[in-house]
Amino acid sequence: MPNFEYIPDDQIKEARQKQLESLSAGLDNLESDSGSKTSVSKRALKAIAPLAAVVIVLAIWQLLVILKWQPTWVLPSPAMVVDSLVQQYNQGLLVPSAINSLRRGVQGFAISLLIATPIGIALGLNANLRAIARPIITGLQQLPSVAWVPAAIIWFGLSDATIFAVILLGAVPSIANGLISGIDQIPPIYLRAGKVLGARGLTSITHIVVPAAWPGYLAGLEQGWAFAWRSLMAAELIAIAPSLGPGLGQMLDTGRQLGDMSLVLGAIVTIMVVGVLVERLVFSPIRQNTLRNRGLLHAR
Amino acid sequence: METTVAPVIEIKNLTKRYSESGPIVIDSLNLTIQPGEFVAIVGASGCGKSTLLNILSGLEKPSSGSVELNAKASLMFQESALLPWLTAGKNIELALKLSGYPPENRRARAQELLELVHLSHAYNQRPHELSGGMRQRVAIARAIAQDRKILLMDEPFSALDAITRDLLHDELIRIWEETGLAVLFVTHNVREAVRLGQRVILMSSKPGKIIRQWKIDFAQPRRIDSNDVAHFASAITDQLRQEIIRHA
Ligand SMILES: Nc1ncnc2c1ncn2[C@@H]1O[C@H](COP(=O)(O)OP(=O)(O)O)[C@@H](O)[C@H]1O
Ligand SMILES: [Mg+2]
Repeated sequence: MPNFEYIPDDQIKEARQKQLESLSAGLDNLESDSGSKTSVSKRALKAIAPLAAVVIVLAIWQLLVILKWQPTWVLPSPAMVVDSLVQQYNQGLLVPSAINSLRRGVQGFAISLLIATPIGIALGLNANLRAIARPIITGLQQLPSVAWVPAAIIWFGLSDATIFAVILLGAVPSIANGLISGIDQIPPIYLRAGKVLGARGLTSITHIVVPAAWPGYLAGLEQGWAFAWRSLMAAELIAIAPSLGPGLGQMLDTGRQLGDMSLVLGAIVTIMVVGVLVERLVFSPIRQNTLRNRGLLHAR
Repeated sequence: METTVAPVIEIKNLTKRYSESGPIVIDSLNLTIQPGEFVAIVGASGCGKSTLLNILSGLEKPSSGSVELNAKASLMFQESALLPWLTAGKNIELALKLSGYPPENRRARAQELLELVHLSHAYNQRPHELSGGMRQRVAIARAIAQDRKILLMDEPFSALDAITRDLLHDELIRIWEETGLAVLFVTHNVREAVRLGQRVILMSSKPGKIIRQWKIDFAQPRRIDSNDVAHFASAITDQLRQEIIRHA
């Protein structure tokens, strides 16, 4: 007679369960990637590269000055430019100018964002609306917004409103267009998944459409900021009045009027530095974060 | 006895064409599914399996006929369709939120559901950090989060390798036994259908109709390489081939 061992049903089930769990865990560990890390030297190179670029530009500049390629009233030395910035700082002009310009840029950008976002969503989701409105937006985007400065001055006088109007005309089309492309590029599966999960109307927009369109939207925001900053400088350069207070564009104009090339270059450098800082400190981290979260970073 | 329980799905004379003049994709299809039943549908590619599930989940409308569901259904796709901007846990929490689950318990419930699919450690992982099989398990958890009585699955494992698929078959049957869901599982893989279903339905192509059903009554857990599965599968495959030859 063969010897049968009695095993209760629930014990068999439990054993099966245990085995299934270990099998799962084993496969998971085999299959999932353990996260590749960029090496320290690569990261260091990435941090140093922009500094190296600055050093090279400064060196060439200084060399041209030493070789007396042009008289210093045409091409002042880096030290002279720094000097004139220090002077502006000591007169209490540099920081308020930069802050005032940055404030106008940020406010104008924020208003642009509030206007462009609903427009972008509406046009992204509605093909008929888009057929009518997109050519207008694209036309506006092609037009350098400086072209609006005279009109804005006539409409709004020499006030912050003029400057905001010019920023808006520069930034709104870029942001809206970015959002529309972002919506166009949403893989249909996410919209279907959203529907199946029960997202309708506004919930679908906030939980599915906008996050799914985010990469395109973000690109639009970056471009919108660049346009806003440029438009702002153009507007400040043309619209000058005591009522507007100090600004980097105004500083540029002062330099021109005094024939002070050091001041002009100093203002240019400041405008560039502010632009680069906003990109590095605001947009770049957001972009990196987005790419990393969505697993789009390894590819590049 | 059987007639006392109301079916969860009752399809009568369902016909579907995507446009007025377009071809008939599904032709007078009748199908009844009981609560807690596991039904597998097989058919050649393009026979209207996805169309049927899309109609049942409300993504598409029937052209004529009636489709009655006495409970809402959740649908799982071939690709996991996890939202890549959310972690695994947050994907499940979104499903909970959209089906009205109280906010204060969502996190704990999401964790519970991850445990159900043996992924308790994956709460903070992003979809791209998970393997294909893990993604589909999260998708199962997300579908169950919707707390519906019916789970529709559209070739959910067909992009996976054989070993992983085998494991997911075991997991799915375990979860089905634990939750008592009615499952309608669409596949073009006959063995998979026999491995899983209590009933296997064969659909014809152009137009899509039910041509035959098999009751698969041997007990779970089944093995996909067992003789029982092979026996049924070869019978069904023969019919499927005849159906395809008809279109040659
Ligand atoms: N949205 C659609 N519009 C028009 N035709 C479609 C659409 N979806 C599917 N079809 C057609 O319906 C038929 C059945 O498709 P589908 O349900 O996806 O088949 P299966 O899932 O069985 O492979 C195919 O001929 C397909 O081309
Ligand atoms: Mg299909």
